[in-house]
Amino acid sequence: MNMIVCVKQVLDPEAPPASFKIDPAAKRVILPPDVPPVISPFDEQAVEAALRIKDAKGGKITVLSMGANLQRDVVKKPLSMGADELVLLEDEAFVDGDSWSTAYALAMAIKKIGTYDLVFCGRQAADWDAGQVGAGIAEILGLPGVTVAKKIEVLDGKVRIERVVADGYEVIEAPLPCLVTVSNELGEPRYATIKGIMAAKKKEPIVWKPADIGVDPSQIGAKGRRINLLKLFQPVREGKCDIVQGETPEEAAANLALKLREAKIL
Amino acid sequence: MAEYKGVMVCGEAADGKLAAITAELLGGGRKLAGDLGESLSVVLIGSNISGLAGEAIALGADKVYVVDAPLLQDYQTDSYTAAMEKVVAQAAPRAVLMGQTSMGRDLAPRLAFRLKTTAATDCVEVAVDPGTKQLLQTKPVYGGNALAVFTSECYPQIATVRSKAMPAAQRDDSRQGEVIPIEAGIDPSAVRTRVVQKVPEEVTGIKLEDATVVVSGGRGIGNSEGFKQLETLAKLLKGAVGASRPPCDNGWVADVMQIGLTGKIVAPDLYIAVALSGSSQHMAGCSGCKNIVAINKDPEANIFKVARFGVVGDWKKIVPAFQEKVKQLLSE
Repeated sequence: MNMIVCVKQVLDPEAPPASFKIDPAAKRVILPPDVPPVISPFDEQAVEAALRIKDAKGGKITVLSMGANLQRDVVKKPLSMGADELVLLEDEAFVDGDSWSTAYALAMAIKKIGTYDLVFCGRQAADWDAGQVGAGIAEILGLPGVTVAKKIEVLDGKVRIERVVADGYEVIEAPLPCLVTVSNELGEPRYATIKGIMAAKKKEPIVWKPADIGVDPSQIGAKGRRINLLKLFQPVREGKCDIVQGETPEEAAANLALKLREAKIL
Repeated sequence: MAEYKGVMVCGEAADGKLAAITAELLGGGRKLAGDLGESLSVVLIGSNISGLAGEAIALGADKVYVVDAPLLQDYQTDSYTAAMEKVVAQAAPRAVLMGQTSMGRDLAPRLAFRLKTTAATDCVEVAVDPGTKQLLQTKPVYGGNALAVFTSECYPQIATVRSKAMPAAQRDDSRQGEVIPIEAGIDPSAVRTRVVQKVPEEVTGIKLEDATVVVSGGRGIGNSEGFKQLETLAKLLKGAVGASRPPCDNGWVADVMQIGLTGKIVAPDLYIAVALSGSSQHMAGCSGCKNIVAINKDPEANIFKVARFGVVGDWKKIVPAFQEKVKQLLSE
Protein backbone atom coordinates (compact mmCIF):
# COMPACT_ATOMS: atom_id res chain seq x y z
CA MET A 1 0.00 0.00 0.00
CA ASN A 2 1.61 3.28 -1.12
CA MET A 3 0.17 6.28 0.64
CA ILE A 4 0.74 10.03 0.36
CA VAL A 5 -0.36 12.41 3.11
CA CYS A 6 -0.52 16.18 2.53
CA VAL A 7 0.22 18.23 5.64
CA LYS A 8 0.31 21.99 6.21
CA GLN A 9 2.37 23.99 8.69
CA VAL A 10 0.03 26.48 10.37
CA LEU A 11 -0.24 28.86 13.29
CA ASP A 12 -1.14 26.72 16.32
CA PRO A 13 -4.96 26.87 16.57
CA GLU A 14 -4.64 26.11 20.31
CA ALA A 15 -2.66 29.34 20.85
CA PRO A 16 -4.35 31.68 23.34
CA PRO A 17 -7.01 33.79 21.52
CA ALA A 18 -5.44 36.95 22.95
CA SER A 19 -2.24 36.26 20.99
CA PHE A 20 -4.13 36.30 17.69
CA LYS A 21 -3.43 39.54 15.78
CA ILE A 22 -3.86 40.55 12.19
CA ASP A 23 -2.45 43.30 10.00
CA PRO A 24 -5.61 44.46 8.19
CA ALA A 25 -3.69 46.54 5.62
CA ALA A 26 -1.48 43.63 4.59
CA LYS A 27 -4.47 41.25 5.01
CA ARG A 28 -2.22 38.91 6.95
CA VAL A 29 -2.04 37.27 10.33
CA ILE A 30 0.85 38.50 12.46
CA LEU A 31 2.57 35.33 13.61
CA PRO A 32 3.19 35.55 17.35
CA PRO A 33 6.95 35.02 17.87
CA ASP A 34 6.51 32.93 21.02
CA VAL A 35 4.00 30.47 19.52
CA PRO A 36 5.68 27.77 17.41
CA PRO A 37 3.76 26.57 14.34
CA VAL A 38 2.24 23.09 14.19
CA ILE A 39 1.01 20.61 11.62
CA SER A 40 -2.65 21.47 11.06
CA PRO A 41 -4.52 19.11 13.45
CA PHE A 42 -6.77 17.44 10.83
CA ASP A 43 -3.62 16.77 8.76
CA GLU A 44 -2.05 15.05 11.73
CA GLN A 45 -5.18 12.88 11.88
CA ALA A 46 -4.67 12.16 8.17
CA VAL A 47 -1.15 10.92 9.04
CA GLU A 48 -2.69 8.75 11.77
CA ALA A 49 -5.19 7.30 9.25
CA ALA A 50 -2.31 6.30 6.97
CA LEU A 51 -0.33 4.83 9.88
CA ARG A 52 -3.28 2.65 10.90
CA ILE A 53 -3.43 1.21 7.38
CA LYS A 54 0.34 0.70 7.43
CA ASP A 55 -0.03 -1.13 10.78
CA ALA A 56 -2.69 -3.42 9.31
CA LYS A 57 -1.42 -3.98 5.78
CA GLY A 58 2.13 -2.67 5.63
CA GLY A 59 3.19 -0.09 3.09
CA LYS A 60 5.00 3.15 2.60
CA ILE A 61 3.88 6.61 3.69
CA THR A 62 5.22 9.69 1.91
CA VAL A 63 4.39 13.00 3.57
CA LEU A 64 4.08 16.06 1.35
CA SER A 65 4.17 19.64 2.56
CA MET A 66 4.46 23.03 0.92
CA GLY A 67 5.56 26.54 1.83
CA ALA A 68 8.63 28.62 2.52
CA ASN A 69 10.80 28.47 5.62
CA LEU A 70 9.18 25.25 6.75
CA GLN A 71 10.45 24.43 10.23
CA ARG A 72 12.12 21.07 10.06
CA ASP A 73 11.11 19.97 13.56
CA VAL A 74 7.48 20.74 12.70
CA VAL A 75 7.23 19.14 9.27
CA LYS A 76 9.27 16.13 10.41
CA LYS A 77 6.67 15.26 13.06
CA PRO A 78 4.86 12.74 10.78
CA LEU A 79 8.24 10.98 10.27
CA SER A 80 8.67 10.68 14.02
CA MET A 81 5.15 9.19 14.21
CA GLY A 82 6.14 6.50 11.70
CA ALA A 83 5.89 7.90 8.15
CA ASP A 84 8.68 6.92 5.76
CA GLU A 85 9.54 9.84 3.50
CA LEU A 86 9.14 13.61 3.52
CA VAL A 87 8.84 15.70 0.37
CA LEU A 88 8.82 19.47 0.70
CA LEU A 89 7.73 21.90 -1.98
CA GLU A 90 9.75 24.73 -0.60
CA ASP A 91 10.07 28.04 -2.38
CA GLU A 92 8.74 31.60 -2.01
CA ALA A 93 6.77 30.98 -5.23
CA PHE A 94 4.57 28.43 -3.40
CA VAL A 95 3.48 30.92 -0.70
CA ASP A 96 0.10 32.70 -0.31
CA GLY A 97 -1.81 30.44 -2.64
CA ASP A 98 -5.53 29.82 -2.59
CA SER A 99 -7.23 26.41 -2.79
CA TRP A 100 -6.62 26.41 -6.55
CA SER A 101 -2.93 27.07 -6.69
CA THR A 102 -2.30 24.89 -3.62
CA ALA A 103 -4.20 21.88 -4.98
CA TYR A 104 -2.49 22.32 -8.37
CA ALA A 105 1.05 22.30 -6.95
CA LEU A 106 0.31 19.37 -4.62
CA ALA A 107 -1.33 17.40 -7.46
CA MET A 108 1.73 17.94 -9.68
CA ALA A 109 4.01 16.79 -6.86
CA ILE A 110 1.85 13.69 -6.31
CA LYS A 111 2.13 12.95 -10.04
CA LYS A 112 5.89 13.19 -9.75
CA ILE A 113 5.95 10.86 -6.72
CA GLY A 114 4.12 8.58 -9.10
CA THR A 115 3.02 5.46 -7.26
CA TYR A 116 0.12 5.75 -4.84
CA ASP A 117 -2.98 3.85 -3.76
CA LEU A 118 -4.31 6.37 -1.29
CA VAL A 119 -3.86 10.12 -0.90
CA PHE A 120 -4.86 11.66 2.42
CA CYS A 121 -5.54 15.27 3.43
CA GLY A 122 -7.08 16.80 6.54
CA ARG A 123 -10.72 17.83 6.06
CA GLN A 124 -9.68 21.50 6.22
CA ALA A 125 -6.62 23.46 7.32
CA ALA A 126 -6.69 25.33 10.63
CA ASP A 127 -5.78 28.65 8.98
CA TRP A 128 -8.20 29.31 6.09
CA ASP A 129 -10.75 26.60 6.99
CA ALA A 130 -11.69 26.22 3.33
CA GLY A 131 -11.76 22.42 3.02
CA GLN A 132 -11.19 22.51 -0.75
CA VAL A 133 -7.66 21.29 -1.43
CA GLY A 134 -8.48 17.58 -1.05
CA ALA A 135 -11.36 17.79 -3.53
CA GLY A 136 -9.16 19.87 -5.83
CA ILE A 137 -6.32 17.35 -5.87
CA ALA A 138 -8.82 14.54 -6.56
CA GLU A 139 -10.35 16.47 -9.45
CA ILE A 140 -6.98 17.42 -10.98
CA LEU A 141 -5.69 13.84 -10.75
CA GLY A 142 -9.04 12.33 -11.81
CA LEU A 143 -9.40 10.34 -8.58
CA PRO A 144 -12.54 9.40 -6.69
CA GLY A 145 -12.69 11.44 -3.50
CA VAL A 146 -14.39 10.85 -0.17
CA THR A 147 -14.41 13.68 2.38
CA VAL A 148 -14.74 13.93 6.18
CA ALA A 149 -13.75 10.36 6.96
CA LYS A 150 -13.63 8.89 10.45
CA LYS A 151 -12.49 5.36 9.57
CA ILE A 152 -10.60 4.05 6.56
CA GLU A 153 -9.91 0.38 5.83
CA VAL A 154 -8.47 -1.34 2.79
CA LEU A 155 -10.26 -4.58 1.84
CA ASP A 156 -9.75 -6.65 -1.30
CA GLY A 157 -8.25 -3.83 -3.35
CA LYS A 158 -11.00 -1.43 -2.35
CA VAL A 159 -11.20 1.21 0.32
CA ARG A 160 -14.07 1.26 2.81
CA ILE A 161 -14.68 4.61 4.43
CA GLU A 162 -16.95 5.81 7.21
CA ARG A 163 -17.93 9.33 6.20
CA VAL A 164 -19.29 11.64 8.90
CA VAL A 165 -22.65 13.23 8.02
CA ALA A 166 -24.96 15.46 10.06
CA ASP A 167 -26.99 12.64 11.65
CA GLY A 168 -24.39 9.89 11.89
CA TYR A 169 -22.19 8.34 9.23
CA GLU A 170 -22.27 6.61 5.85
CA VAL A 171 -20.20 3.63 4.83
CA ILE A 172 -18.75 4.24 1.37
CA GLU A 173 -16.73 1.93 -0.85
CA ALA A 174 -14.36 3.30 -3.45
CA PRO A 175 -11.80 1.80 -5.79
CA LEU A 176 -8.08 2.50 -5.45
CA PRO A 177 -6.40 4.86 -6.00
CA CYS A 178 -8.60 7.20 -4.01
CA LEU A 179 -8.31 10.51 -2.17
CA VAL A 180 -9.69 10.73 1.37
CA THR A 181 -9.99 13.74 3.68
CA VAL A 182 -9.89 12.96 7.38
CA SER A 183 -11.88 14.42 10.29
CA ASN A 184 -11.27 14.50 14.04
CA GLU A 185 -13.80 11.70 14.64
CA LEU A 186 -10.98 9.35 13.54
CA GLY A 187 -9.50 9.71 17.03
CA GLU A 188 -6.29 11.05 18.53
CA PRO A 189 -3.11 10.80 16.48
CA ARG A 190 -0.39 8.71 18.12
CA TYR A 191 2.55 10.25 19.92
CA ALA A 192 5.98 10.19 18.39
CA THR A 193 8.26 7.58 19.96
CA ILE A 194 11.82 8.37 21.07
CA LYS A 195 13.03 5.96 18.42
CA GLY A 196 10.86 7.71 15.85
CA ILE A 197 12.18 11.13 16.83
CA MET A 198 15.79 9.91 16.54
CA ALA A 199 15.10 8.35 13.12
CA ALA A 200 13.32 11.51 11.91
CA LYS A 201 16.29 13.64 12.96
CA LYS A 202 18.58 11.67 10.67
CA LYS A 203 16.21 11.67 7.71
CA GLU A 204 16.66 14.50 5.23
CA PRO A 205 13.58 15.70 3.37
CA ILE A 206 13.49 15.75 -0.43
CA VAL A 207 13.09 19.40 -1.44
CA TRP A 208 11.49 20.31 -4.76
CA LYS A 209 11.31 23.70 -6.47
CA PRO A 210 8.57 24.65 -8.97
CA ALA A 211 10.73 23.49 -11.90
CA ASP A 212 11.20 20.08 -10.27
CA ILE A 213 7.47 19.35 -10.51
CA GLY A 214 7.14 21.00 -13.91
CA VAL A 215 4.91 23.89 -12.90
CA ASP A 216 5.05 27.43 -14.17
CA PRO A 217 5.52 29.90 -11.27
CA SER A 218 2.53 31.90 -12.60
CA GLN A 219 0.22 28.98 -11.72
CA ILE A 220 1.25 28.47 -8.12
CA GLY A 221 1.22 30.41 -4.85
CA ALA A 222 -0.07 33.99 -4.86
CA LYS A 223 0.25 34.29 -8.66
CA GLY A 224 -1.91 31.26 -9.30
CA ARG A 225 -4.81 32.47 -7.15
CA ARG A 226 -8.33 32.61 -8.56
CA ILE A 227 -10.12 33.90 -5.48
CA ASN A 228 -9.21 37.37 -4.19
CA LEU A 229 -8.93 38.21 -0.54
CA LEU A 230 -10.57 41.62 -0.31
CA LYS A 231 -10.50 42.10 3.44
CA LEU A 232 -9.34 40.36 6.61
CA PHE A 233 -10.55 41.56 10.00
CA GLN A 234 -11.22 40.48 13.56
CA PRO A 235 -14.84 40.43 14.70
CA VAL A 236 -15.55 42.81 17.55
CA ARG A 237 -16.71 41.04 20.70
CA GLU A 238 -18.68 43.09 23.16
CA GLY A 239 -17.31 41.53 26.30
CA LYS A 240 -19.88 42.87 28.78
CA CYS A 241 -20.52 39.81 30.89
CA ASP A 242 -22.57 40.29 34.05
CA ILE A 243 -20.75 38.08 36.56
CA VAL A 244 -23.37 36.97 39.06
CA GLN A 245 -22.09 36.87 42.66
CA GLY A 246 -23.11 35.07 45.83
CA GLU A 247 -21.76 34.14 49.28
CA THR A 248 -21.56 30.51 48.17
CA PRO A 249 -21.54 28.86 44.73
CA GLU A 250 -25.11 27.68 45.45
CA GLU A 251 -26.26 31.22 46.19
CA ALA A 252 -24.57 32.55 43.03
CA ALA A 253 -26.36 29.81 41.06
CA ALA A 254 -29.74 30.78 42.51
CA ASN A 255 -29.01 34.45 41.79
CA LEU A 256 -28.23 33.52 38.20
CA ALA A 257 -31.66 31.91 37.85
CA LEU A 258 -33.27 35.05 39.30
CA LYS A 259 -31.33 37.29 36.87
CA LEU A 260 -32.43 35.19 33.91
CA ARG A 261 -36.02 35.46 35.08
CA GLU A 262 -35.70 39.23 35.49
CA ALA A 263 -34.27 39.53 31.98
CA LYS A 264 -37.26 37.43 30.77
CA ILE A 265 -34.89 34.79 29.38
CA LEU A 266 -36.44 32.12 31.60
CA MET B 1 -18.85 37.48 -18.63
CA ALA B 2 -22.26 38.76 -19.54
CA GLU B 3 -23.58 35.29 -20.34
CA TYR B 4 -23.68 34.29 -16.65
CA LYS B 5 -26.88 35.58 -15.05
CA GLY B 6 -29.02 34.88 -12.05
CA VAL B 7 -28.68 33.27 -8.65
CA MET B 8 -29.05 29.51 -8.33
CA VAL B 9 -29.72 27.68 -5.09
CA CYS B 10 -28.72 24.06 -4.82
CA GLY B 11 -31.67 22.52 -2.96
CA GLU B 12 -31.66 19.70 -0.46
CA ALA B 13 -34.51 17.54 0.78
CA ALA B 14 -35.11 16.36 4.33
CA ASP B 15 -38.01 14.16 5.45
CA GLY B 16 -39.83 14.59 2.14
CA LYS B 17 -39.71 18.41 2.24
CA LEU B 18 -37.16 21.02 1.32
CA ALA B 19 -34.54 21.26 4.06
CA ALA B 20 -34.45 24.31 6.35
CA ILE B 21 -31.12 25.37 4.79
CA THR B 22 -32.77 25.50 1.34
CA ALA B 23 -35.47 27.89 2.61
CA GLU B 24 -32.68 30.03 4.09
CA LEU B 25 -30.70 30.04 0.84
CA LEU B 26 -33.89 31.04 -1.00
CA GLY B 27 -34.40 33.90 1.46
CA GLY B 28 -30.82 35.10 1.01
CA GLY B 29 -30.81 34.28 -2.71
CA ARG B 30 -33.93 36.39 -3.30
CA LYS B 31 -32.17 39.42 -1.81
CA LEU B 32 -29.08 38.86 -3.99
CA ALA B 33 -31.21 38.34 -7.10
CA GLY B 34 -33.08 41.57 -6.30
CA ASP B 35 -29.83 43.50 -5.87
CA LEU B 36 -28.62 42.15 -9.22
CA GLY B 37 -31.96 42.66 -10.96
CA GLU B 38 -31.81 39.04 -12.05
CA SER B 39 -33.78 35.86 -11.44
CA LEU B 40 -33.61 33.20 -8.73
CA SER B 41 -33.57 29.51 -9.53
CA VAL B 42 -33.35 26.26 -7.61
CA VAL B 43 -31.82 23.00 -8.70
CA LEU B 44 -33.21 19.79 -7.24
CA ILE B 45 -31.12 16.66 -7.67
CA GLY B 46 -32.29 13.27 -6.45
CA SER B 47 -34.62 10.38 -7.02
CA ASN B 48 -38.38 11.06 -7.00
CA ILE B 49 -37.66 14.65 -6.11
CA SER B 50 -39.84 16.46 -8.70
CA GLY B 51 -42.65 16.77 -6.16
CA LEU B 52 -40.65 19.39 -4.29
CA ALA B 53 -40.58 21.83 -7.21
CA GLY B 54 -43.88 23.41 -6.12
CA GLU B 55 -42.50 24.10 -2.66
CA ALA B 56 -39.38 25.68 -4.17
CA ILE B 57 -41.54 28.00 -6.26
CA ALA B 58 -43.67 28.89 -3.22
CA LEU B 59 -40.44 29.79 -1.43
CA GLY B 60 -39.41 32.18 -4.18
CA ALA B 61 -37.82 30.29 -7.07
CA ASP B 62 -38.59 31.71 -10.53
CA LYS B 63 -37.26 28.55 -12.17
CA VAL B 64 -36.70 25.04 -10.82
CA TYR B 65 -34.27 22.74 -12.61
CA VAL B 66 -35.01 19.12 -11.74
CA VAL B 67 -32.54 16.30 -12.30
CA ASP B 68 -34.46 13.19 -11.26
CA ALA B 69 -32.94 9.73 -11.65
CA PRO B 70 -32.74 6.54 -9.53
CA LEU B 71 -28.94 6.80 -9.68
CA LEU B 72 -29.20 10.10 -7.77
CA GLN B 73 -30.97 8.56 -4.76
CA ASP B 74 -27.93 9.06 -2.49
CA TYR B 75 -25.55 11.97 -2.57
CA GLN B 76 -22.35 10.85 -4.23
CA THR B 77 -19.57 13.14 -5.37
CA ASP B 78 -19.27 11.79 -8.91
CA SER B 79 -22.96 11.67 -9.79
CA TYR B 80 -23.92 15.00 -8.22
CA THR B 81 -20.91 16.83 -9.66
CA ALA B 82 -21.84 15.51 -13.11
CA ALA B 83 -25.47 16.55 -12.63
CA MET B 84 -24.48 20.04 -11.47
CA GLU B 85 -22.06 20.39 -14.37
CA LYS B 86 -24.93 19.75 -16.75
CA VAL B 87 -27.29 22.17 -15.00
CA VAL B 88 -24.69 24.94 -14.92
CA ALA B 89 -23.92 24.42 -18.63
CA GLN B 90 -27.59 24.92 -19.47
CA ALA B 91 -28.58 27.62 -16.96
CA ALA B 92 -25.26 29.58 -16.74
CA PRO B 93 -25.95 31.15 -13.34
CA ARG B 94 -23.79 33.98 -12.06
CA ALA B 95 -23.87 32.61 -8.53
CA VAL B 96 -24.49 29.16 -7.08
CA LEU B 97 -25.41 28.96 -3.39
CA MET B 98 -25.21 25.70 -1.46
CA GLY B 99 -25.60 24.90 2.22
CA GLN B 100 -22.48 24.23 4.27
CA THR B 101 -23.87 20.73 4.77
CA SER B 102 -22.53 17.21 4.31
CA MET B 103 -23.44 17.62 0.63
CA GLY B 104 -22.40 21.23 0.05
CA ARG B 105 -18.98 21.01 1.66
CA ASP B 106 -18.17 18.03 -0.58
CA LEU B 107 -19.86 19.15 -3.79
CA ALA B 108 -18.91 22.85 -3.90
CA PRO B 109 -15.12 22.45 -4.14
CA ARG B 110 -15.33 19.49 -6.51
CA LEU B 111 -17.69 21.41 -8.81
CA ALA B 112 -15.53 24.54 -8.62
CA PHE B 113 -12.43 22.61 -9.73
CA ARG B 114 -14.44 20.85 -12.47
CA LEU B 115 -15.68 24.20 -13.82
CA LYS B 116 -12.33 25.95 -13.25
CA THR B 117 -14.02 28.53 -11.06
CA THR B 118 -13.87 29.46 -7.37
CA ALA B 119 -15.79 28.47 -4.27
CA ALA B 120 -15.95 30.19 -0.89
CA THR B 121 -17.03 27.76 1.79
CA ASP B 122 -18.83 28.23 5.11
CA CYS B 123 -19.91 31.82 4.37
CA VAL B 124 -21.77 33.73 7.06
CA GLU B 125 -22.68 36.55 4.69
CA VAL B 126 -23.01 36.86 0.92
CA ALA B 127 -23.64 40.23 -0.72
CA VAL B 128 -23.30 41.78 -4.17
CA ASP B 129 -20.66 44.38 -5.00
CA PRO B 130 -22.79 47.01 -6.76
CA GLY B 131 -19.94 48.03 -9.08
CA THR B 132 -18.65 44.71 -10.32
CA LYS B 133 -21.74 42.61 -9.54
CA GLN B 134 -19.32 40.09 -8.02
CA LEU B 135 -20.25 38.31 -4.83
CA LEU B 136 -18.72 39.54 -1.59
CA GLN B 137 -18.31 36.29 0.33
CA THR B 138 -17.60 36.61 4.05
CA LYS B 139 -16.38 33.58 5.95
CA PRO B 140 -14.72 32.88 9.30
CA VAL B 141 -11.06 31.86 9.04
CA TYR B 142 -8.43 30.83 11.58
CA GLY B 143 -11.02 28.87 13.52
CA GLY B 144 -13.29 31.90 13.78
CA ASN B 145 -10.60 34.24 15.10
CA ALA B 146 -10.93 36.37 11.97
CA LEU B 147 -13.34 37.01 9.11
CA ALA B 148 -12.27 37.18 5.48
CA VAL B 149 -14.13 38.69 2.53
CA PHE B 150 -13.45 37.00 -0.81
CA THR B 151 -14.33 38.04 -4.35
CA SER B 152 -13.73 36.33 -7.65
CA GLU B 153 -13.70 37.07 -11.36
CA CYS B 154 -14.49 33.44 -12.23
CA TYR B 155 -18.03 32.27 -13.02
CA PRO B 156 -20.21 30.84 -11.74
CA GLN B 157 -19.24 32.05 -8.31
CA ILE B 158 -19.93 29.24 -5.87
CA ALA B 159 -20.53 29.83 -2.18
CA THR B 160 -21.57 27.48 0.57
CA VAL B 161 -23.50 29.18 3.34
CA ARG B 162 -23.67 28.19 6.98
CA SER B 163 -27.09 27.33 8.40
CA LYS B 164 -28.96 30.14 10.17
CA ALA B 165 -26.87 32.82 8.40
CA MET B 166 -29.71 33.91 6.10
CA PRO B 167 -33.38 34.60 6.96
CA ALA B 168 -35.61 31.83 5.63
CA ALA B 169 -37.94 32.67 2.73
CA GLN B 170 -41.64 32.85 3.58
CA ARG B 171 -43.89 30.45 1.75
CA ASP B 172 -46.39 31.96 -0.70
CA ASP B 173 -48.40 29.31 -2.53
CA SER B 174 -49.78 31.82 -5.04
CA ARG B 175 -46.35 32.30 -6.62
CA GLN B 176 -45.80 31.06 -10.17
CA GLY B 177 -42.65 29.56 -11.56
CA GLU B 178 -41.29 27.35 -14.30
CA VAL B 179 -40.17 23.75 -13.84
CA ILE B 180 -37.40 22.62 -16.21
CA PRO B 181 -36.51 18.91 -16.18
CA ILE B 182 -32.93 18.09 -17.12
CA GLU B 183 -31.95 14.61 -18.24
CA ALA B 184 -29.34 13.23 -15.85
CA GLY B 185 -27.72 11.06 -18.53
CA ILE B 186 -25.12 9.76 -16.10
CA ASP B 187 -23.13 6.68 -17.02
CA PRO B 188 -23.36 4.43 -13.92
CA SER B 189 -19.76 3.31 -14.43
CA ALA B 190 -18.64 6.94 -13.99
CA VAL B 191 -19.92 6.86 -10.39
CA ARG B 192 -16.93 5.29 -8.71
CA THR B 193 -18.09 5.26 -5.09
CA ARG B 194 -20.94 3.30 -3.56
CA VAL B 195 -22.92 4.05 -0.40
CA VAL B 196 -23.04 0.66 1.30
CA GLN B 197 -24.80 1.64 4.48
CA LYS B 198 -26.19 4.67 6.33
CA VAL B 199 -25.75 4.57 10.08
CA PRO B 200 -27.75 7.17 12.00
CA GLU B 201 -26.52 8.11 15.47
CA GLU B 202 -29.77 8.52 17.32
CA VAL B 203 -30.11 11.37 19.75
CA THR B 204 -33.33 11.41 21.70
CA GLY B 205 -35.38 14.48 22.47
CA ILE B 206 -35.33 17.86 20.78
CA LYS B 207 -32.99 18.33 17.80
CA LEU B 208 -30.02 20.49 18.68
CA GLU B 209 -30.40 22.67 15.59
CA ASP B 210 -34.06 23.43 16.41
CA ALA B 211 -33.79 23.84 20.19
CA THR B 212 -34.62 27.19 21.80
CA VAL B 213 -32.52 26.26 24.83
CA VAL B 214 -29.16 24.49 24.60
CA VAL B 215 -27.17 23.27 27.59
CA SER B 216 -23.66 22.62 26.40
CA GLY B 217 -20.75 20.97 28.19
CA GLY B 218 -17.01 21.19 27.65
CA ARG B 219 -13.84 19.41 28.68
CA GLY B 220 -14.43 20.34 32.32
CA ILE B 221 -17.48 18.06 32.58
CA GLY B 222 -14.98 15.24 32.80
CA ASN B 223 -17.04 12.15 31.89
CA SER B 224 -20.31 10.87 30.44
CA GLU B 225 -21.92 10.81 33.90
CA GLY B 226 -21.53 14.59 34.07
CA PHE B 227 -23.47 14.95 30.84
CA LYS B 228 -26.41 13.08 32.44
CA GLN B 229 -26.69 16.02 34.85
CA LEU B 230 -26.75 18.46 31.94
CA GLU B 231 -29.50 16.36 30.34
CA THR B 232 -31.65 16.77 33.44
CA LEU B 233 -31.23 20.53 33.30
CA ALA B 234 -31.93 20.58 29.55
CA LYS B 235 -35.09 18.54 30.03
CA LEU B 236 -36.32 20.98 32.67
CA LEU B 237 -35.75 23.87 30.26
CA LYS B 238 -37.26 21.91 27.32
CA GLY B 239 -33.92 22.16 25.57
CA ALA B 240 -31.22 19.98 24.07
CA VAL B 241 -27.73 19.03 25.18
CA GLY B 242 -24.68 19.88 23.10
CA ALA B 243 -20.93 19.73 23.57
CA SER B 244 -17.67 21.24 22.44
CA ARG B 245 -15.17 18.99 20.69
CA PRO B 246 -13.25 17.44 23.63
CA PRO B 247 -16.25 15.55 25.12
CA CYS B 248 -16.97 14.10 21.64
CA ASP B 249 -13.32 13.20 21.01
CA ASN B 250 -13.21 11.51 24.44
CA GLY B 251 -16.34 9.51 23.72
CA TRP B 252 -18.37 11.00 26.60
CA VAL B 253 -21.13 11.97 24.17
CA ALA B 254 -22.06 11.13 20.56
CA ASP B 255 -20.14 12.90 17.80
CA VAL B 256 -23.40 14.33 16.42
CA MET B 257 -23.69 16.48 19.57
CA GLN B 258 -20.63 18.55 18.65
CA ILE B 259 -21.32 22.27 18.23
CA GLY B 260 -18.79 24.40 16.39
CA LEU B 261 -16.89 25.08 13.22
CA THR B 262 -16.92 21.44 12.15
CA GLY B 263 -20.05 20.45 14.07
CA LYS B 264 -23.60 21.71 14.43
CA ILE B 265 -24.63 25.36 14.18
CA VAL B 266 -27.13 26.37 16.83
CA ALA B 267 -29.03 29.60 17.45
CA PRO B 268 -31.15 29.18 20.60
CA ASP B 269 -32.60 31.96 22.75
CA LEU B 270 -30.61 30.63 25.70
CA TYR B 271 -27.23 28.89 25.51
CA ILE B 272 -25.85 27.64 28.81
CA ALA B 273 -22.15 26.84 28.46
CA VAL B 274 -20.95 24.65 31.32
CA ALA B 275 -17.24 23.99 32.00
CA LEU B 276 -16.52 25.04 28.46
CA SER B 277 -13.68 27.44 27.65
CA GLY B 278 -15.26 28.99 24.58
CA SER B 279 -12.59 28.50 21.92
CA SER B 280 -13.14 30.32 18.64
CA GLN B 281 -13.70 26.96 16.96
CA HIS B 282 -16.59 26.20 19.32
CA MET B 283 -18.03 29.71 19.28
CA ALA B 284 -18.16 29.55 15.47
CA GLY B 285 -21.14 27.24 16.00
CA CYS B 286 -23.02 29.52 18.38
CA SER B 287 -22.63 33.02 16.94
CA GLY B 288 -26.42 33.16 16.48
CA CYS B 289 -27.24 32.47 20.16
CA LYS B 290 -29.29 35.29 21.67
CA ASN B 291 -28.20 34.90 25.29
CA ILE B 292 -25.10 33.04 26.39
CA VAL B 293 -24.73 32.06 30.04
CA ALA B 294 -21.31 30.83 31.18
CA ILE B 295 -20.51 28.61 34.15
CA ASN B 296 -16.76 28.11 34.47
CA LYS B 297 -14.21 27.95 37.27
CA ASP B 298 -11.65 29.98 35.29
CA PRO B 299 -12.56 33.70 35.38
CA GLU B 300 -10.18 34.27 32.45
CA ALA B 301 -11.96 31.73 30.21
CA ASN B 302 -12.81 33.08 26.77
CA ILE B 303 -16.48 32.15 27.24
CA PHE B 304 -16.94 35.11 29.62
CA LYS B 305 -15.98 37.45 26.76
CA VAL B 306 -19.01 36.37 24.76
CA ALA B 307 -21.46 35.59 27.56
CA ARG B 308 -24.17 37.94 28.79
CA PHE B 309 -24.33 36.37 32.25
CA GLY B 310 -21.78 34.27 34.04
CA VAL B 311 -20.96 32.51 37.28
CA VAL B 312 -17.36 31.76 38.25
CA GLY B 313 -17.09 28.49 40.12
CA ASP B 314 -17.34 24.71 40.15
CA TRP B 315 -20.15 23.57 37.87
CA LYS B 316 -20.79 20.55 40.09
CA LYS B 317 -21.98 22.89 42.83
CA ILE B 318 -23.57 25.51 40.57
CA VAL B 319 -25.61 23.37 38.16
CA PRO B 320 -27.69 21.51 40.81
CA ALA B 321 -28.43 24.71 42.75
CA PHE B 322 -29.29 26.56 39.53
CA GLN B 323 -31.57 23.72 38.51
CA GLU B 324 -33.39 23.80 41.86
CA LYS B 325 -34.00 27.54 41.61
CA VAL B 326 -35.14 27.29 37.98
CA LYS B 327 -37.58 24.52 38.95
CA GLN B 328 -38.98 26.72 41.68
CA LEU B 329 -39.29 29.78 39.40
CA LEU B 330 -40.94 27.82 36.61
CA SER B 331 -43.55 26.37 38.98
CA GLU B 332 -44.53 29.76 40.41
